[in-house]
Amino acid sequence: MSGTELAVETLTLTAGARHLVRDVSLIARPGEVIGLVGPNGSGKSSLLRAVYRVLRPDTGQVRVDGADAWSLPVRRLARTMAAVVQEPGTGIDLTVREVVAMGRTPHKRLLDGDTAEDARLIDTALAAVDAADLAGRSFDRLSGGERQRVLIARALAQQPALLVLDEPTNHLDIRHQLEVLGMLRRLPATVLVALHDLNLAAYYCDRLYALHNGEVIASGPPAEVLTPRLLAEVYGVTAEVAVHPRTGAPQVTFLPGEPAGATPAGPDQPRS
Amino acid sequence: MTGTVRDAAATDPGQRGGSGEEGARRASFAVVLAVLGILLLVSATAGMAIGSVHVPPGEVWGIVTHALGADWSEPVRSRARETIVLKVRAPRVALGAVTGAGLAVVGTAMQALVRNPLAEPYLLGVSSGASLGAVVVIVFGVSLFGSVSLSAAAFAGALATLLLVYTTARAGGRITSSRLVLSGVAVASVLTAVMDLLLLTTNRGNQAQEVLAWTLGGLGGVQWATLWLPGAALLLGTAVLVVQARSLNLLLAGEEAATTMGLDVARFRTRMFVLLSLVTGVLVAAAGPIGFVGLILPHIVRLFVGGDHRRVLPTAALAGAVFLVWADIAARTVAAPMEIPVGVLTALCGGPFFLWLMRRDARRDAVRGVG
Repeated sequence: MSGTELAVETLTLTAGARHLVRDVSLIARPGEVIGLVGPNGSGKSSLLRAVYRVLRPDTGQVRVDGADAWSLPVRRLARTMAAVVQEPGTGIDLTVREVVAMGRTPHKRLLDGDTAEDARLIDTALAAVDAADLAGRSFDRLSGGERQRVLIARALAQQPALLVLDEPTNHLDIRHQLEVLGMLRRLPATVLVALHDLNLAAYYCDRLYALHNGEVIASGPPAEVLTPRLLAEVYGVTAEVAVHPRTGAPQVTFLPGEPAGATPAGPDQPRS
Repeated sequence: MTGTVRDAAATDPGQRGGSGEEGARRASFAVVLAVLGILLLVSATAGMAIGSVHVPPGEVWGIVTHALGADWSEPVRSRARETIVLKVRAPRVALGAVTGAGLAVVGTAMQALVRNPLAEPYLLGVSSGASLGAVVVIVFGVSLFGSVSLSAAAFAGALATLLLVYTTARAGGRITSSRLVLSGVAVASVLTAVMDLLLLTTNRGNQAQEVLAWTLGGLGGVQWATLWLPGAALLLGTAVLVVQARSLNLLLAGEEAATTMGLDVARFRTRMFVLLSLVTGVLVAAAGPIGFVGLILPHIVRLFVGGDHRRVLPTAALAGAVFLVWADIAARTVAAPMEIPVGVLTALCGGPFFLWLMRRDARRDAVRGVG
């Protein structure tokens, strides 16, 4: 028992007349780490926001363990699913420990106090993102990378069976990027994660979904999704993909210059 | 390699330093509560002792304990001073404490609910809405001062205003400080103008004068018989908010994050808006619109106990009570024998505090690179 199943079924999201996400279906089986890749504005964040119940779908469904996520009580869903969102919190004087402790809220009734078990889970969560030494610091005074790690710890303290993360490696230095993604892999949970770095996505995810203009344009194991043709079509870049001899994962190398057949997106010329 | 780093972190004094810091905070929470409790007793005593007729603190205690049924105090005091303490000053001190506590608690919650440090019932026009509601009742003669219908009308006015200001400020997504405060100020000006118009055109002569004085905020002339309503509103409001402290904490993380941690944000906010309007309405009906208490106290209190609402709310309540009792003592004595409306005094302290807070937040935003 490691994680719960997430199924997104023919989901469509609109903002006014514009489609943010169109007819997207996606499945994450228990324990899988599923990567969401695609350029800016491709609909990754919108799709995730529909999954963690902030953006209501126009049509389609989000199912968590078979149940419609949008008709579950918010609190019950929060006991199964946690999310790391891209939203700055307000700066009102909380310590890092207090911020992580928030993750325990869905498991608490109104007047419950904090137990030793809560304290242990908070410690574990902080240690998992290498932030144990930040516990007593003021959250407002952390650097961007430290803050990001604390927010991941808060989601871990929620003990989710399904974890949704929007660009969790943002602001992180390379060591912490690797540590965080490695930690997600070891987690006894299903993980859906939007990532910018294709090589990290290729190495750490079981399967990828590539989004383009709000639609799934390719899905499957990283080696099947990350092809030069797809990268040219979706990102408008020239790239070579090789299997890395040590990791065995596809390794994307970007090359300067317009891809063959692609129309230039702007006046920027690649510098040598 | 990372393993060693992590092991080091686990045994690092840094971690102990972390929990030590929090331990210190928790200890200081108990100390802060105790100090404020004592301070409130001292303030209440001072509030009953100080005035045109000076009553020594010892005698104040004698009178109060005797009235509470204790027989051990010597009955050496004068009848007149007993009346002054029990019938005039004690209810006034009680209303001051209740109002100060209530406004501080409402301000604390409002800052979390609209996610803005400048939120406060007076600045957001909520007090003006409550005043207008009350004035409508008075002018159209539906009822008299201190009655329940006055409070009910003030509650309705407060709620309507809060919803109006909030939806106006929220139009187009994120609430900015400027939009929030500007819509509060704009709505408050219109409401105050309507209220003045009503009062000036009413043919109730003296009553209009009285009401105009009340709109400046004051604690004078209160009687025991009318105190139960503000007291009940304070107790109800504080109790509900303390029970909901975890949810208020979640809002500090942002609305989306709060949702992912199990809070139905829209529903929670609506319910809390109703509660805050109720408390504000009742307090305004009793003491007039008294500004800035709900702004100053929460921020000062957070410096001492941090941002966790489980600690901020009770502390702010006590601190607000102490603050307003002293503000009222000052209002009675600074220009004696004339009495200054206490709302004028709190505005004198609050205006500069507001400006300082605005500058501080602007600097913080500049450092963080947000607009």
